[in-house]
Amino acid sequence: MSRALNDHAGGTLFGVALNYQGLLQSHLQSFTQPPYQKPPVKPVLFIKTPNTRNSHEAPVVFPQGVERLQPGPALGVVIGKRASRVRLEDALEHVAGYTIVNEFSLPEDSYYRPAVKAKCRDGFCALGPELVPAAEVADPHALSLELWVNGERVQHNSTANLVRSIPQLIAEISEFMTLHPGDVLITGTPEGRVDVRPGDRVEVQISGLGRLANTIVAE
Amino acid sequence: MKHARIRYQGQVHQALVTGPNTLQLEDGRVLAEDQVQWLPPATGTMFALGLNYADHAAELAFKPPTEPLVFIKSPGTYTGHKQVTWRPDNVAYMHYECELVAVIGKTARNVKREDALDYLAGYTLCNDYAIRDYLENYYRPNLRVKNRDATTPVGPWIIDAAQVPEPNNLTLRTWVNGELRQQGSTADMIFDIPYLIEYLSGFMTLQPGDMIATGTPEGLSDVVPGDEVVVEIEGIGRLVNRIVSESEFFTHHAHPEPTAVAKEHA
Repeated sequence: MSRALNDHAGGTLFGVALNYQGLLQSHLQSFTQPPYQKPPVKPVLFIKTPNTRNSHEAPVVFPQGVERLQPGPALGVVIGKRASRVRLEDALEHVAGYTIVNEFSLPEDSYYRPAVKAKCRDGFCALGPELVPAAEVADPHALSLELWVNGERVQHNSTANLVRSIPQLIAEISEFMTLHPGDVLITGTPEGRVDVRPGDRVEVQISGLGRLANTIVAE
Repeated sequence: MKHARIRYQGQVHQALVTGPNTLQLEDGRVLAEDQVQWLPPATGTMFALGLNYADHAAELAFKPPTEPLVFIKSPGTYTGHKQVTWRPDNVAYMHYECELVAVIGKTARNVKREDALDYLAGYTLCNDYAIRDYLENYYRPNLRVKNRDATTPVGPWIIDAAQVPEPNNLTLRTWVNGELRQQGSTADMIFDIPYLIEYLSGFMTLQPGDMIATGTPEGLSDVVPGDEVVVEIEGIGRLVNRIVSESEFFTHHAHPEPTAVAKEHA
């Protein structure tokens, strides 16, 4: 991890699920059925525990006994100033900058229970390569997000398609839970997750933020 | 021994609880309890169990799980002994949950249950409050129910594992304004601590300071501002908390403790 990231993004990693329009739309039908009953009302949040932290060019372990592993390309928002009960219009003042996150997960066949076993394995959250200061990102809601596996582009979307914008997320989350400097909001992975295998070179590219590369290795 | 984390004259200290009203700092200074602010005794990740007592699962109209139902808490939700927790305005049901907490003492990966107790630093207790109004069926129990600011009292201290010979046979009790509201026994846990350490360390690494909150028995009830809520586990400790209103909390109590935690760990 770069020094800036290490120094300024060492807090809690909060993930937001179902935060891309295409992904949410694809599930809306099933979300009216049991066990969900109705679509989510508030942001669907999860925590990537500290053991999941991983860095640019570090290996990501494909666990033994697991059949499928999926990268999760995402824009990471690094909090710079304590945010408690922040108004929408002030929310971006609390952002130090942005980085790329690859939020690895086992495939999720259900969103009903917390996905600890799927998401909290060692090294399952790569961040990097750099922390790009907020002032250098003109519009964080107009960034191209791409996933490349072995040199082939396999996922492509835009942060324009977030269900909730970054200010909306900060406002809604900070209503009940303070975001601290160094915390990272993982703003969501778009639809179309793909499987990767040991030996694969996995890269996430976000316009203006660079390219986060990892290699999958067998356990 | 009982290991506490406290704030004294603006500084965070580790302390030993040496008597009913005395703490000793690492530099030898002895303080009375009323001179210090109790902080959560550990600040790692908390792995909390849902539905881990058969009676409580029945109370919530759930079948007991066949695999542990684990959810994650982050340090911002912890608060210490004798601190306050806020009840949001306009909710119908906020309840306490008295839980035995196992604190990890050394890095644990792929630990077998028969060796699991070697990886424990000791035990503490927590009050795993929930705001039931905010339950949604996505990653349930969701963070808005369980990871709110200052809504998980932890403490008062960590007692060494060696001083708790029978963690599977302890009485848990919750008192609200002196009235006994919840009572159960850790004997009724579905998945016990060795099992949970084997389960979690089987797919991830547990770190020193991580905690496993082992779930709560039946006996839940609503609590409101002004209530004093005490969770107690025999041989472990007694953790006191007071409920305040949302406006009182954000006016008088929203202190920057979690920031201090982050700095301490950085």
